[in-house]
Amino acid sequence: MLRYIGRRLLYMLLSLFLIITATFFLMRAAPGGPFSGEKKLPPEIEKNLNEFYGLDRPWYEQYFDYLTSIAQWDFGPSFKYKGQTVNDLINSGFPVSFFLGMEALLIAVGMGVLLGIIAALNHNKWQDYAAMIFAVLGISVPSFIMASLLQYVLAIKLGVFPVARWESFMHTILPAIALATGPTAFIARLTRSSMLEVLSNDYIRTAKAKGLSRMQITVRHAIRNALLPVVSYLGPLSAGVITGSFVIEKIFGIPGLGSHFVLSISNRDYTVIMGVTVFYSIILLAAILLVDIAYGLIDPRIKLAGGKKGE
Amino acid sequence: MKKRLSLLFSLMLVLSLFLAACGGFDKKESADDTKKGEDKKADVPQELHININTEPFSLHPGLANDSTSGTVLRQTFEGLTVIKDGKPDLAAAESYEVSDDLTTYTFKLRDAKWTNGDPVTAHDFEYAWKWALDPKNQSQYAYQLYYIKNGQAFNEGKAKAEDVGVKAIDDKTLQVTLENPTPYFLELTAFYTYYPVNSKIAQQNPDWYKNAGDQYTSNGPFKMVSWEHNSKIVLEKNENYWDANNVKLTKIEMVMVNDPNTELSMFNNGELDWAGSPTGNLPTDALPQLKQEGKLHVQPIAGTYWYKFNTEKAPLNNVNIRKALTYAIDRKAIVENITKGEQVPAMAAVPPTMFPENEKGYFKDNDVEKAKEHLQKGLEELGLKDVKDLPPITLSFNTSEAHAKIAQAIQDMWKKNLGIEVKLENAEWNVYIDKLHSGDYQIGRMGWLGDFNDPINFLELYRDKKGGNNDTNWENPKYKQLLIDSQKEKDSEKRLQMLKEAEAILMDELPIAPIYFYTQTWVQKDNLKGVELSGLGDVQFKWAYFE
Repeated sequence: MLRYIGRRLLYMLLSLFLIITATFFLMRAAPGGPFSGEKKLPPEIEKNLNEFYGLDRPWYEQYFDYLTSIAQWDFGPSFKYKGQTVNDLINSGFPVSFFLGMEALLIAVGMGVLLGIIAALNHNKWQDYAAMIFAVLGISVPSFIMASLLQYVLAIKLGVFPVARWESFMHTILPAIALATGPTAFIARLTRSSMLEVLSNDYIRTAKAKGLSRMQITVRHAIRNALLPVVSYLGPLSAGVITGSFVIEKIFGIPGLGSHFVLSISNRDYTVIMGVTVFYSIILLAAILLVDIAYGLIDPRIKLAGGKKGE
Repeated sequence: MKKRLSLLFSLMLVLSLFLAACGGFDKKESADDTKKGEDKKADVPQELHININTEPFSLHPGLANDSTSGTVLRQTFEGLTVIKDGKPDLAAAESYEVSDDLTTYTFKLRDAKWTNGDPVTAHDFEYAWKWALDPKNQSQYAYQLYYIKNGQAFNEGKAKAEDVGVKAIDDKTLQVTLENPTPYFLELTAFYTYYPVNSKIAQQNPDWYKNAGDQYTSNGPFKMVSWEHNSKIVLEKNENYWDANNVKLTKIEMVMVNDPNTELSMFNNGELDWAGSPTGNLPTDALPQLKQEGKLHVQPIAGTYWYKFNTEKAPLNNVNIRKALTYAIDRKAIVENITKGEQVPAMAAVPPTMFPENEKGYFKDNDVEKAKEHLQKGLEELGLKDVKDLPPITLSFNTSEAHAKIAQAIQDMWKKNLGIEVKLENAEWNVYIDKLHSGDYQIGRMGWLGDFNDPINFLELYRDKKGGNNDTNWENPKYKQLLIDSQKEKDSEKRLQMLKEAEAILMDELPIAPIYFYTQTWVQKDNLKGVELSGLGDVQFKWAYFE
């Protein structure tokens, strides 16, 4: 197990290195720079700025300098937000996105699994249809429409929640629901189909024959096996969700990390682009690793260290 | 059994992460409670809630270079002058004298204090201006100070700080020497790059401007009490301000919500007192509805939306072709059906806020007959028999729904009215601006907003062929000479006449096709009064109050 994790960590480092390199060069290849704007700067000022930020040096020097400072977890100063470093931006944005993401994740897993199980246990009855209609809607309605809809109904018409912003727990509920809708629907469908498959297995029939109650069968035998696909979906989902969604954060005016992913690119804020990309990649890679480990714990049939790898 | 344990374990892990993240909220909730307490005191709470869209790039007057930072700084700082009712009015300065050659200004400062009680001195102004010009401080807006003698030379490392033409004669007297006579200098001193900085604090703590706190001192009507990055800024009335008796608002809360629909919803829900320009945006789709309900406020601002012609690329090197294209645009249809914000069709370059007669302009809108004549002439000059022989022209714009709609409408007008084929091409903002600045385009969209209230702002763009923002590669010796001479003209009437003459040349040669003059649109609480909106799209809340 330890050897397996060690090897995986090594692969992670390698992927990270490739991601950093690719981002670095793609970013520089894009026309425009952090100081180009509608009103062109006098060339002297631009030259001075480029010198200060080291943009006038050869690419390999900049590249290796950058690798060294990333290794020390120092992403450098933001080009646009004077006086703030990229580390500042991540440190203040990530907790917000993380909290929102976890809230959404709890809703998605809780509601999704529940809906999926209800649908499977009532296969081809009205509960099943209702849950699956919800799931189809949830997957096909984009999150920004869901967000506007929630704002309109629950905040403006009913006045139960504030429209936007990030001030108290009440402010977090609408964005969390909006963020969770898609994943909830997806998890519900995943759970339903794997639950149906599990329920038709022999050992469930055995359990029934033993005279166990339906409740016991479901909780003890069916759910755990039915959840495997959900767990594998959780890895990328949680990485995406806890680093913040640009759309949801924009609509609800949330000071999270999500907006930096998009705005830093249109700002050509090089250090922020690199910083958030590296940060997101680390989270994503870690989440995938955690999922693979969790796999082995939930289902011992999957051996990590042997020839057969989890996913 | 082992399996169940591990499941339990993973659940606990998730739960503990969740709880750990919960901790962050305690602080903010208590802040909410104190706010509620204050609300009860006054009859009409003098608290303003606005949206400023995004995080300001910097709240250091010398480093700020975006409109959001400008909005915040305009409330917390004060320059020598302030723009009131569209004209510069004395602010931190009590009086001033100008030398006969218009190059030396001597300002007498009034007795004023910084938020921490330090006196505001002429040294603070001298320090701030030289700091912004100092090349080692990386100020992008240093060029706003190039009007000062040796300002540019110092910024480019060709002169010393002592040579710069700003000097504190004593604590209350500031002498400014300019490079050239600058008739609009008192407009400039109201701009944020010209604000003072508390030199006592700034010299000790170079990081004073990064966060709110004791070190963040300002001299304006409001002081900044908190700055939650990317989330909100809270200003409170500055009791140390010299004119504090005339400041009625006790608090301004500026939130950062970068979504026009949410902004409007928050306004409708009572969470904002103001939605739309100049600090935020209204969704274009909502404008007709708001107008119908009588809620929409509209004000023209000093900005022009125009198409630039690359005058070195055929067939746009031909003035008659440019005229044909310019005359064949139906601007009225565009502002009524696409932009919908009561924009004014532009048949001139300088906005009517600066030249009021420009509401009429230099030519007729949608003059298809004349356009056809010029097209015919142009084709002959190019040696073409028919418009069909003209290769398709490429019209470029930066990716945005609004620009795309306008471009499609104009493509259609040119096709229908003149038979000219037009290809549309859009690119991401930075890519687009790069193409434009390097001359890699035929016709390109651009907007220009004035920095200060003077026509030179718009006209000097096209003074030099390679002057930074020209992009059209157009140059005209007479035009150039008029602008240079106008800079030295002391009589303001004569000077404006020269500028008008220059504009007439520009509108005859048409390196640009003006489309419309910008307006700003907003909705506001009915009982909010006294908000000062300048023709440049700046807002000043010093005199604002709730009835």
